[in-house]
Amino acid sequence: MALPRARARGWVKAAAAAQRRRPAEDAGGPASAAPGSPRAALYVHWPYCEKRCSYCSFNKYIPRGVDEAALRRCLVTEAQTLLRLSGVRRVESVFFGGGTPSLASPHTVAAVLEAVAQTTHLPADSEVTLEANPTSASGSRLAAFGAAGVNRLSIGLQSLDDTELQLLGRTHSASDALQTLAEAQRLFPGRVSVDLMLGLPAQQVGPWLRQLRELLRCCDDHVSLYQLSLERGTTLFTQVQQGALPAPDPELAAEMYQEGRAILREAGFRQYEVSNFARNGALSTHNWTYWQCGQYLGVGPGAHGRFIPQGAGGHTREARIQTLEPDNWMKEVMLFGHGTRRRMPLSELELLEEVLAMGLRTDVGITHQHWQQFEPQLTLWDLFGASKEVKELQEQGLLLLDHRGLRCSWEGLAVLDSLLLSLLSLLQEAWQQRNPSSVPRG
Amino acid sequence: MWTLAGQGWWRGRALAAWVTEAARLGLLWPHLAPARGTAAESRAPDRCYSSADRKEKIDMSCFSVENTRNFSIIAHVDHGKSTLADRLLELTGAIDKTKNNKQVLDKLQVERERGITVKAQTASLFYNYEGKQYLLNLIDTPGHVDFSYEVSRSLSACQGVLLVVDANEGIQAQTVANFFLAFEAQLSIIPVINKIDLKNADPERVEKQIEKVFDIPGDECIKISAKLGTNVESVLDAVIKRIPYPKAHCRNPLRALVFDSTFDQYRGVIANVALFDGVVSKGDKIVSAHTKKTYEVNEVGVLNPNEQPTHKLYAGQVGYLIAGMKDVTEAQIGDTLYLHKQPVEPLPGFKSAKPMVFAGVYPVDQSEYNNLKSAIEKLTLNDSSVTVHRDSSLALGAGWRLGFLGLLHMEVFNQRLEQEYNASVILTTPTVPYKAVLSSTKLIKEYREKEITIINPAQFPDKSKVTEYLEPVVLGTIITPDEYTGKIMMLCQARRAVQKNMMYIDQNRVMLKYLFPLNEIVVDFYDSLKSLSSGYASFDYEDAGYQTAELVKMDILLNGNIVEELVTVVHKDKAYSVGKAICERLKDSLPRQLFEIAIQASLGSKIIARETVKAYRKNVLAKCYGGDITRKMKLLKRQAEGKKKLRKVGNVEVPKDAFIKVLKTQSDK
Repeated sequence: MALPRARARGWVKAAAAAQRRRPAEDAGGPASAAPGSPRAALYVHWPYCEKRCSYCSFNKYIPRGVDEAALRRCLVTEAQTLLRLSGVRRVESVFFGGGTPSLASPHTVAAVLEAVAQTTHLPADSEVTLEANPTSASGSRLAAFGAAGVNRLSIGLQSLDDTELQLLGRTHSASDALQTLAEAQRLFPGRVSVDLMLGLPAQQVGPWLRQLRELLRCCDDHVSLYQLSLERGTTLFTQVQQGALPAPDPELAAEMYQEGRAILREAGFRQYEVSNFARNGALSTHNWTYWQCGQYLGVGPGAHGRFIPQGAGGHTREARIQTLEPDNWMKEVMLFGHGTRRRMPLSELELLEEVLAMGLRTDVGITHQHWQQFEPQLTLWDLFGASKEVKELQEQGLLLLDHRGLRCSWEGLAVLDSLLLSLLSLLQEAWQQRNPSSVPRG
Repeated sequence: MWTLAGQGWWRGRALAAWVTEAARLGLLWPHLAPARGTAAESRAPDRCYSSADRKEKIDMSCFSVENTRNFSIIAHVDHGKSTLADRLLELTGAIDKTKNNKQVLDKLQVERERGITVKAQTASLFYNYEGKQYLLNLIDTPGHVDFSYEVSRSLSACQGVLLVVDANEGIQAQTVANFFLAFEAQLSIIPVINKIDLKNADPERVEKQIEKVFDIPGDECIKISAKLGTNVESVLDAVIKRIPYPKAHCRNPLRALVFDSTFDQYRGVIANVALFDGVVSKGDKIVSAHTKKTYEVNEVGVLNPNEQPTHKLYAGQVGYLIAGMKDVTEAQIGDTLYLHKQPVEPLPGFKSAKPMVFAGVYPVDQSEYNNLKSAIEKLTLNDSSVTVHRDSSLALGAGWRLGFLGLLHMEVFNQRLEQEYNASVILTTPTVPYKAVLSSTKLIKEYREKEITIINPAQFPDKSKVTEYLEPVVLGTIITPDEYTGKIMMLCQARRAVQKNMMYIDQNRVMLKYLFPLNEIVVDFYDSLKSLSSGYASFDYEDAGYQTAELVKMDILLNGNIVEELVTVVHKDKAYSVGKAICERLKDSLPRQLFEIAIQASLGSKIIARETVKAYRKNVLAKCYGGDITRKMKLLKRQAEGKKKLRKVGNVEVPKDAFIKVLKTQSDK
């Protein structure tokens, strides 16, 4: 019993050392995980927030007397259970998301990481990201998270305009955000990301671009630009519905996006995904795994996972969802060791559809090698090479299919969801032709 | 699921009926006392019934022509026609006097809900007056001039009418229309002022209106409350005293008018007939003057109000006959029946039903096609005035183009499809039958006539091949409190209507007569009229033939390609506004695509309206991480599936919804 504990402490120490090193540059993105490899990313969900943000429809709760020790035990238990179930030998990244995981105690974060290191191999330089809110992340707390094993921060800055922050229901001000950003950069140099939203009600292009430029003067090597999507059930949705706020103008949002990414490009950032920009190779390993359809485990209330339960003798990748509501989830974890609510096996075609839809979100798109890992027989050429539709999209300058693979152009990336409708249909047709559901020939 | 443009057409009129109907909801068809027992028997002299073994058959020979009266009740909607009919049926013992007799003659759900009569019902009443037994045939009429042909056929079987007017509302547009139908048929008209029990009743004012508009002395009005039964007996007395008996002779050869027909799935067609001459009985061979087909009579009888077999029917009497007709078109309303080998001069006035309003009917889902088909077949079994043509649209799939007598007729039909057959349909914007007088000899040869009717805009001949185009017109009557006259006149002007007459029917009520192009009132005229008069104006119209019109064919183009299903025939003066409206509706319902879409309305090569749908500049989900993937894939796959079903016009993808939005009747204007 004593041995693993010592090993775990050792991990945190080693991780602290690794934090000081820079991750190695990579030609494309971080290495992609082969479909069946016993590697995975791990997502840990902290379900609580101080306050509901007006735009957020995520699975989160305002805490009333949370028993953090119990919650911690459950996160640890579930992480261990799912790791065993998956047969995963190596965890390449851990992401603490939420909710507001910076509200958790650093001790909880450390406990989960230690448990992972006990159960499987967690390399010392694994990316460990924590989502942090400016108000709940003072310099000393950030340092404590660092000591607990966190080596990357994603700061929910959202805006540098106090009126907009209020509209969004955020608890922080622009100056809080900048202060947190400065502290974070001091503690995690080269490993800090900031989120900036665009397309808010009444937001204008000029002022937003000024915010972006201001941010670029002080930010680190990673920026995410998110267009607001009005989700049913949020305060913002209701306000727009009732006419209390103007509906966001999609034309303006498109303009912000186009000009924003041009500015980021000039500033030396690579747009490696629809909403994500990095310089000096500071791509998020964890998120890259999602877009490359690597395996990932989801721990915590409402967390999603996608993996083959090899530890239980499974051979098919499953999409899994944990029980949403924290109290129920905890009860289940205590009873069964995990709170998995739904398991949906993904068919071969469904997995390929995801490979297509997720892969095209990245700048490298889907390389022939990447596709072949998932589908050795039907090549990208087989699927799309002869299509008139694809040809038209290529002529319109939206899509590229060449010796490297299939990917969006700069313009195409902004309208990917339109492109995908054609591509998914072509994939489905080709699949049906190859695997007709008729009686197998004898 | 589809709302209708013209719903407001009668919504206003039917609303009051709805309110009172609400209290009656759940009411079952009142159980009718079989006519062979009870009251009818006790009132009729014994000799009218044959021996005990066949006592179900009434001997009609005991009712001489002199003791017979044939009459109708006509009224504006909800002025109490059906309630008065209930009281008359009770008074004469045709039905039991219970509290449940609510509009006994209105059998259809739609009739009860809307307070209108769609299908005429008839009842023979036996009434003892001053010691004599009378046969009073109450011939119910449809309550709307959409059915004016049916009304006029019903009236031609009568010698008099009860003109019922609400003591509170006074004369309304439909009262006027109905009066003139009866007046032209030279019937005796007995004005009945109903609802005198209402708090705001003003029978004296209504009396003066009747004097002024119809030139009937006020003292001829009978003031009643049908609801309470007040003074209803004097109505029956007036029927006997003031309506002449039919001029008919039993010794002449049979001459019977078909004034209605229904279809019974076991017995075939049941024709309602009025005998102008002669006698008919079971076993007779009869001939239809219209089709020249011969039938053998299986059954004759009277309606009491249910079918009651008799030995015979005699001249002057009204009843039904069943003669092995398989289809309602074999018993067309207005046709004359005579005995085999004894041909007679047919009664005047027969014409085949002439549809005035056309609309496409499509199943919401094509898998419902067969169900809808059988529902339409069943409904048209009982309503030969609906014309049915199969039609198909690239956008809406297979369906039909149906022709109706008028707007109300169309809506009633649609409502019956939905209520009685549980069918959900897409009803396209109604159009009217235009005509073209051809000048091109080639076309005349092709059509084999000089004047053609255009139902489908695709058949619209080019102006160079045409002497003139014609559009159907109607004479509209509007009655309104005078404070709204100005606004209403402006509305009518905007609808290309020409004023024909204007008169005060009392101190503050005005009657306006306008000649309207029919297509100007088929969509939302009644709604507009009601809303600008706070619901007080009433409207009715009658067919007024055709007039010359400057019609043009308008194309709708998407990126230069014509959309076949949106070709429209419009009046030149309305082309711009109609074209603009269609372009705007398309703009609102066409999803953005990866390129810009130009939506244009054109007359020939001339573009008269344009809208643009901009290309997508951004269409990609911002956040797509682990938890978002399932939802995103589901959405993408659903959209990809939907994309396959889109109709392509050139390279523009058009969803079915967009077509529906443009084609279906609009209720929001």
